Amino acid sequence: MSKAIQLKNGRIIDPSQKRDEIADLWIKDGMIVDHQSIDVKDADIYNLDGRWIVPGLIDMHVHLREPGEEYKETIESGCRAAAAGGFTAVACMPNTKPVNDNSSVTRFICEQAALSSARVYPVGAISQESNGEKLAEYGEMKAAGAVALTDDGRPVIDSRLMRRAMEYASSHELLIMSHAEEVSLSKGGCMHEGEVSTRLGLRGIPAAAESIMVFREIALAELTGARLHISHVSTEQALALIGNAKARGIRVTAETAPHYFTLTELAVLGYNTHAKMNPPLRTEQDRQAIRTALRDGTLDAIATDHAPHSILQKDVEFNMAANGIVGLETSLSLSLALVREGVIDPARLVQLMSCAPAAILGVAGGSLRIGGVADVTVVDPERQFTFFAEKSYSKSRNTPFDGWKLQGKAVMTMLAGRITYQDL
Amino acid sequence: MVELTQQDYQFQHKHIFGIEQLSVADISHIITTARSFREISSRPIKKVPTLRGKTIVNLFFEPSTRTRLSFEIAAKRMSADTFNISASTSSATKGETLIDTARNIQAMNPDVIILRHSSSGAPQLLARYIEASVINAGDGAHEHPSQGLLDMMTVIDHKGHLDGLKIAIIGDIAHSRVALSDIIGFTRMGAHVHVAGPQTFIPAHISLLGATVCSDVRDAVRDADVVMALRIQLERQNDSLIPSLREYSRFFGVSRNLLDLAKEDVIVMHPGPINRGVELNPDVADGGRSVILEQVTNGVAIRMALLYLVLGGNKGNDGQGESR
Ligand SMILES: [Zn+2]
Repeated sequence: MSKAIQLKNGRIIDPSQKRDEIADLWIKDGMIVDHQSIDVKDADIYNLDGRWIVPGLIDMHVHLREPGEEYKETIESGCRAAAAGGFTAVACMPNTKPVNDNSSVTRFICEQAALSSARVYPVGAISQESNGEKLAEYGEMKAAGAVALTDDGRPVIDSRLMRRAMEYASSHELLIMSHAEEVSLSKGGCMHEGEVSTRLGLRGIPAAAESIMVFREIALAELTGARLHISHVSTEQALALIGNAKARGIRVTAETAPHYFTLTELAVLGYNTHAKMNPPLRTEQDRQAIRTALRDGTLDAIATDHAPHSILQKDVEFNMAANGIVGLETSLSLSLALVREGVIDPARLVQLMSCAPAAILGVAGGSLRIGGVADVTVVDPERQFTFFAEKSYSKSRNTPFDGWKLQGKAVMTMLAGRITYQDL
Repeated sequence: MVELTQQDYQFQHKHIFGIEQLSVADISHIITTARSFREISSRPIKKVPTLRGKTIVNLFFEPSTRTRLSFEIAAKRMSADTFNISASTSSATKGETLIDTARNIQAMNPDVIILRHSSSGAPQLLARYIEASVINAGDGAHEHPSQGLLDMMTVIDHKGHLDGLKIAIIGDIAHSRVALSDIIGFTRMGAHVHVAGPQTFIPAHISLLGATVCSDVRDAVRDADVVMALRIQLERQNDSLIPSLREYSRFFGVSRNLLDLAKEDVIVMHPGPINRGVELNPDVADGGRSVILEQVTNGVAIRMALLYLVLGGNKGNDGQGESR
């Protein structure tokens, strides 16, 4: 029996119970409890003075690089960064070395994660080695702990294979997550195709490369009845297709990443490889459409696409640089800006960063219900700080937000009642 | 904005990455400086001691005899020591990166590095790792500033000015660093740039850079003061950008008939090397309106001016002062 914890005078924001009130939250033995059911005299008390108590944040799209590229990130370092960013759970993409396309890799990830500071939900590959040819063993991977399937980073080109994947995934009640990219159209491109790419003389990736594939995925989901999730949406065009599919009752959900509602193609000026990712940063019009979609429900979740790379992949010619940025430690702060700017309210933020990811992945968390597991994040929405990449818990430093003055952050992260990060 | 008088003006760029970074005053000053250096080239002894003791490295990751030679002649006429390093990008991908190469060259303590590279933005990357000035001699599909400057100088030689002129640029705008430097430069100096070519050769939003896009090449050439044809890379027909060179030549090649639409005193330019019979009909390339050889002469003068100015020019040779 562990000591009870009292999170006192917090603003409990829990959309799963439609709660938003100043109250105390009690935790004992890793669970959220009713204080009347326990001995309250012997408790650790944290007076929160109105800071927010929210269900532990869940990032449904991260790259942890283990196994295979431990110099960029390990499961342990990635989970420490997650905890520091207020996350209690992450879903990790299968593009490791080897690819997570079989149960032994899935099991390895779960074992490595057992003692780490966040829950790790492996996402298995759609195809063997993610090479788009043969289905991977979904049943085996699910039994070993996989919660969804994707060939993230290597989009499935063959439409027939994607159809089969959706059908077969449905048999195992697994979600298909799509990195939607029509690669014959994006080939050779290294940023959004538009004014900035023309000015910089860089090969562009048109918005159509995303929207064409989003439409294919939706059409196949309609055909097969599969549950589909579109990863890292970056364009207004794709949002229109997703909104339309939702209106027609197709089972599709979608996420975006903080960089898509914070930055635009302009961030690439000066050949800044820390603004290079796939899909690329888009136009101001796309950025505004994403913000609207976060409010109106076209987008369901905010995920980081945390993609650690070393200086060896980033401090090179722009067209040769690797795609992706780390995001776990800046995601909440950048998302809180949406609340301050009146785009979304705090409850919607919690929905986007905790409740919805839990529901989409079908995993624990996303709620502060009594009797539920005590995955809890305490947020100080006022705290001002400067983010320094070199002080990150991640092993990589590839972020365009280095040196940014940010407001609002996680000040305590709790995983099953265990404090994994504290900065009260 | 405060108008600078001639005396207040100081050239303040340590590096030349592109025309984009240059003001109207910078461009005018470079061309004026180049004119005075052009005079040297017509002397019996074509050498001045201006850059004696300076080390200039030509670092070329792409083959380009013409540009490299032009920079080399420019450096030698000013008595600088020059070294040529050719590295293929393919060997670079095998291990030695641009940064590795830069560190090795830094050990030679050069004053200026002239860089030609297939990646857009490579000069900026190099400049972060090296103390020398970097002059971009063409990076990817980005810029080729010395070419843009020599083109402007050549037009001024003939027209006396740039503002108000109609400049037609015909061809593969999207894959041409010359086109981008020219569009930015001529537009900044007050000329009206009209571009034409098949739409596969016209990049997204080029009009936002000030160019007028003409779908019919005749609209671009009509009443033009300058017609510039860009080189067609022969491999473009394999990349589904044009079906064949023959068709390109018929619809977009610059012929004498097409030129009849332009102003009486039109001049014809080309950054070279020319595919005769593709983008330029032979009678035009070698005809009386062609100023292509003057472009080559002016190229040396512009490059002398750039070397002189990035090394401190008339302000005491400290090479300091980066305005960006
Ligand atoms: Zn992806």
